[in-house]
Amino acid sequence: MPERASPSIGLAAALGLAGLAVFFAVWAGAGVLGLVSATFLPGPLTVLGELLHLLTHPYAGATLPQHLAASLQRYGGGVVLAVIVGLPLGLAMGWFRPLDAVVSPIFDGLRFVPPIAWVPFAALWFGTGAGGPVLIIFTGAFPPVLIGTYRGARMIEPALIEAARMLGTSNRRMLTEILLPGAVPSIVAGLRVAAGLGWQSLIGAELIVVSSGIGYMMVQGEAAVATSTVMAGIIAVGLVGTAIDLLLRAAERAVRRRYGLVGGGR
Amino acid sequence: MSAIVFAGARRVYDLPSRRVVALESFDLSIAEKEFVVIVGPSGCGKTTCLRLAAGFDFPSSGEVNVGGQKVTGPGPDRAVVFQHFALFPWKTVHDNIALGLRNAGVPAAERERRIESALKLMNLESAARAFPHQLSGGMQQRVAIARATVLDPAVLLMDEPFGALDAQTRVVMQEELVRLARVNPRTVLFITHSVEEAIYLADRVVVMTRAPGRIKEIIAVKALREQEGWDTLPKIEDVMDQPSFVQLRTHVWRSLRDEQVPSE
Repeated sequence: MPERASPSIGLAAALGLAGLAVFFAVWAGAGVLGLVSATFLPGPLTVLGELLHLLTHPYAGATLPQHLAASLQRYGGGVVLAVIVGLPLGLAMGWFRPLDAVVSPIFDGLRFVPPIAWVPFAALWFGTGAGGPVLIIFTGAFPPVLIGTYRGARMIEPALIEAARMLGTSNRRMLTEILLPGAVPSIVAGLRVAAGLGWQSLIGAELIVVSSGIGYMMVQGEAAVATSTVMAGIIAVGLVGTAIDLLLRAAERAVRRRYGLVGGGR
Repeated sequence: MSAIVFAGARRVYDLPSRRVVALESFDLSIAEKEFVVIVGPSGCGKTTCLRLAAGFDFPSSGEVNVGGQKVTGPGPDRAVVFQHFALFPWKTVHDNIALGLRNAGVPAAERERRIESALKLMNLESAARAFPHQLSGGMQQRVAIARATVLDPAVLLMDEPFGALDAQTRVVMQEELVRLARVNPRTVLFITHSVEEAIYLADRVVVMTRAPGRIKEIIAVKALREQEGWDTLPKIEDVMDQPSFVQLRTHVWRSLRDEQVPSE
């Protein structure tokens, strides 16, 4: 596979830092030069101060870590549910053609509905209970889990399937011992996408249906025109999202190494 | 009774643009414990033969029987050794070999005993806990052979099993396979495009025509081999030096050369 010309790791890191520096300089400059008012766009130092303040001082009923913990709990619930449903279904669709034929059209139609579109039903069915946000995270995280698992199962080297059949492998064992492990690299890649979409969906859900969590904190900040609080929330969301992605990347690399696949996730 | 019987087997592939006849009126009976090697030019349908016997593919007309039964799908009575090994990368050597025995419901104690003896036979004892990607190509193919033979299958189907190995490893594997085949003969259908390999291993060599694949010639090697005492020679190069071997090789070469597609 042809590789793009890629800078060395050190250079890439330096370029990344330089990009961030320019970003923050423009952000700070906009306020200092009086281009925008501090309420309209709070400066980076104000936001950083607010972020540190929120770590220990409650806002909208809880500190930032407490809000994040509430969010992560829902998030975990939604993602785990997506895996519990998507993984077995994806494997089964990858092995049993008739099931694939039945489920694919429904799935293909539904997966283009953005998670946020389910908010009215989430509110209607679950009120302010835990089910609403979990449902919305699920609708965001489920499609990539299913697709990753399904593709992984379908793309296993045909000779491995033939070898397993020639060894007298039953359908059940084919799913658990051949398709599942064979699909793991693709499943992990799907999980990474699912984790990102799920996290985005969660914030959307919390803006509307709940009374705790990082999204809720941001809505309360918006209502009070506490723009630096909202901005601190945005940064916290970005940081946690990045941390989740880094964890999954590490998992992906570990899986690929364990399987003897060369290189690793980008 | 014949172990494998091809009766007028024909296999046609209907591609969008054209019709390809891979195998045409293929008749062959392989006896119990006979080692038959099919040799032929690329794309002559020799792999199709093996896939029909394995039950991965089915004849468009005619029949393929193994052990008196029509082949309806793959099964552990017809163990296959693939050209590119087809080992499960997520299973250790031990677990790769164990899968077929577990599927057959062999009790754990007996299973371990059989795996151990298969590992020993293929000189793999030290690699039992390794994963396939940690092994050389030759070692990987030993594992694949162990995985197939541990089931003690009625028939062993080998599809260019040494085709992906380097020349030195290939020679070692050929010598080991001869050792195994003479010590514990079983019914083998072996596919190759190497003339030397075919003559060295086979009881009978089947030469195929180019597509559509038919049988051109069947050459009995066993009687000559026993008469000339090839099996008493420890090394493949000693066998290949025998005038009887050279003569046979030239014969098969000529037969095959007629089948090469003339180059433009």
